[in-house]
Amino acid sequence: MSREARAAILFLTPALFVLVLFFFIPVLAGFALSVTDFDLYAIGDIHNLRFIALRNYAALLRSPIFWTAFANTLYFSVIGGPLTVATSLAAALLVNAKAARYKTLFRTIYFAPVVTTLVAVAIVFRFLYHARFGMINRVLESVGLQGADWLGDPKWAMPAIILVAVWKNFGYNMIIFIAGLQNIPEELYEAARIDGAGEWKQFRHVTLPMLGPTFLFVGIVTAIGYLQLFAEPYVMTKGGPLNRTLSAVMLMYQEGFKWWRMGYAAAIAFLLFLVIAAATLLQMRMQERR
Amino acid sequence: MKKALLHAALIAGGLLTLFPLLWMVAASFMSNGEATTYPPHVLPHAPTFEQYRELFVRLKISRAFFSSGTIAVVTTLFSLLFNSMAGYAFAKLRFGGRDRVFGLLLAALVIPAQVGMLPLFLMMKALGLVNTYWGVIIPSLASVFGIFLIRQFMLSIPQELLEAARIDGAGELRIYWSVVMPLARPILATLAIFTFMTTWNDFMWPLIVLSDESRYTLPVSLANLVGEHAQDVELMMAGSVVTVLPVLALFLFLQRYYIAGLMAGSVKG
Repeated sequence: MSREARAAILFLTPALFVLVLFFFIPVLAGFALSVTDFDLYAIGDIHNLRFIALRNYAALLRSPIFWTAFANTLYFSVIGGPLTVATSLAAALLVNAKAARYKTLFRTIYFAPVVTTLVAVAIVFRFLYHARFGMINRVLESVGLQGADWLGDPKWAMPAIILVAVWKNFGYNMIIFIAGLQNIPEELYEAARIDGAGEWKQFRHVTLPMLGPTFLFVGIVTAIGYLQLFAEPYVMTKGGPLNRTLSAVMLMYQEGFKWWRMGYAAAIAFLLFLVIAAATLLQMRMQERR
Repeated sequence: MKKALLHAALIAGGLLTLFPLLWMVAASFMSNGEATTYPPHVLPHAPTFEQYRELFVRLKISRAFFSSGTIAVVTTLFSLLFNSMAGYAFAKLRFGGRDRVFGLLLAALVIPAQVGMLPLFLMMKALGLVNTYWGVIIPSLASVFGIFLIRQFMLSIPQELLEAARIDGAGELRIYWSVVMPLARPILATLAIFTFMTTWNDFMWPLIVLSDESRYTLPVSLANLVGEHAQDVELMMAGSVVTVLPVLALFLFLQRYYIAGLMAGSVKG
C-alpha cells in the first residue's frame, strides 16, 4: 500500500467511524426496526420483539392520522418551498441590483433570521399571531382589515406556519442566488441588450436559464429541509388545531418517543425518506428536461 | 425614480425581516402583562430587567446556557478536527475507491436524520449516554456537509506544495497540520461558525436525549417553559432574546467568513 493510501486511512478513520456507527448503521437499523413490533415491552425485555414483516406499513396506510400528517407535510412543502425560493430570488435580485446601495447591510439584515434559533422565533411568532394582542392583527386592523385567530383557526394555522418558515429561511437561499447571479458573465447581458432585449427579456432569457443549477440546488435543499417540519408546529400549535399542522416528523416523534411504538415510528420515518428521495429525483428530472 | 423604488423595496423588506426580532427585544423589557394590554404597543413604557432577573434567578436559565455552550463548543472543536482530516484525505490524498466513497457520502445527504434517530436512541441507551451531554454530542462529531465543505476548499490548494513538503521529508501528519491547515483557515472559520450555530439551535435530538431539566439546552428549555408560562409573554421574549443573542452576535462579528464560505461551497458544488 502506498504511503498516501496509508495516510488516507488514518485521516478518514475518525470521521468515517462516527458516520458509520452513528449514522449509517442506525439508518439501516431503522429499516430493520420498521419490520418489527418494537414497543415498550421490547424495551423492557428484548425477547418480546417479533418480526412482523410489512404490517407496520399496512397499519399506517390504513391510518387516517398518518394521511393527515403526510398531507400536512406536503402542503407545507409544496406551498412553502416555492414561496421561500421565490422570496429568496426576489431578495437576491434586489440586493444584487447595480443601483442598490448599502448592499452588505441589506444582505446582513435579510440573512439574520437564518442564524436565529427556530424554537425562539417560533415562540415570538406565536405571540405575534395572537388573536387579541398580536401585532399582526393590530397592523391589519389599523389599515381596516379583519384579523384572525391565526394559530387557532384550522384554515389559517398552516399558512401562518409557512410564513414563519419563509421568514426564517429565505436568507439562506438568497445567498446562494447572489453567488449564482454574480457568476453570470456580463457579456451575456451586453449581447442581449444589443439584440434589443429589455430588462424583463434579459431576466427571462439570460438570468433565469443561467440560474438553472442554482435553482436545482436550492430546490433540493429546501425540499429536504421542509419535509422534515417539526419544531414550528411543536412549539406553536402542538400539531393542532384539529391536527391541521401535525407533520410527519411530529407523528413519528409522538409514536416513537411518547408512546414508545418504535417499530411503527420507524416505518413513518422510512416512508418520509421515500418521499424525500422522490422529491429529490423529481427535481433532478425536471432540471434535465429543461 | 426606479432607484427610489428599488430602495423602497429594500427598506420595506428589511423592516419586515427585522420587525419580529425588534419586537422580541422590546417586549423582553416590558413589565409583567404589558405586552398583553389592549391596545398593544411596541415600546416598553418603563424598560425593566425584571424578566431577565426572573429568568436567571428563579428559573436558573444559566444552567441551560451552560449546557448549550458546552455542547456547542465541544461539538465544534471535534467536528473541525474530524471533518478537516477527512476532507483533506478526499481532496489531496490518492487512494483506491476515493471518489466512490465520497459519492456515497454525498448521496447520504438525502437521508433524513429521523430515519436513524430511533435506533440511535436505543444505541445511546445501551451505551448509558441517554440524558448526558455526550449523548447529544457524539452523533455530530463528523458531518457529510462539513467534509464536503472542507474538501471543496482544499481542492484548490496546489499539489506541488504538498510534494515539496514530502521531498523535504515532512511526514503526512505534519503536512496536514503545518502546511494544509494554516491555508484552510478561512473555510475552517466558516465551518466552525456553521457547526456552532447548528448545534446551538438544534432542537429535536437534544429534546429526545436529554430528560433531566437541569441538563436541557436553551431551545429545549424554552419549548418546555412556553408550556408552563404561555401567558408570560414578556418572560418568554426575554428567554428568546437570551437564546438568539449569542448566535446572532457571533454571526454579526464573523459574517465575512461565514457568508463567503457558504457562497464558495455552493458555487463549486
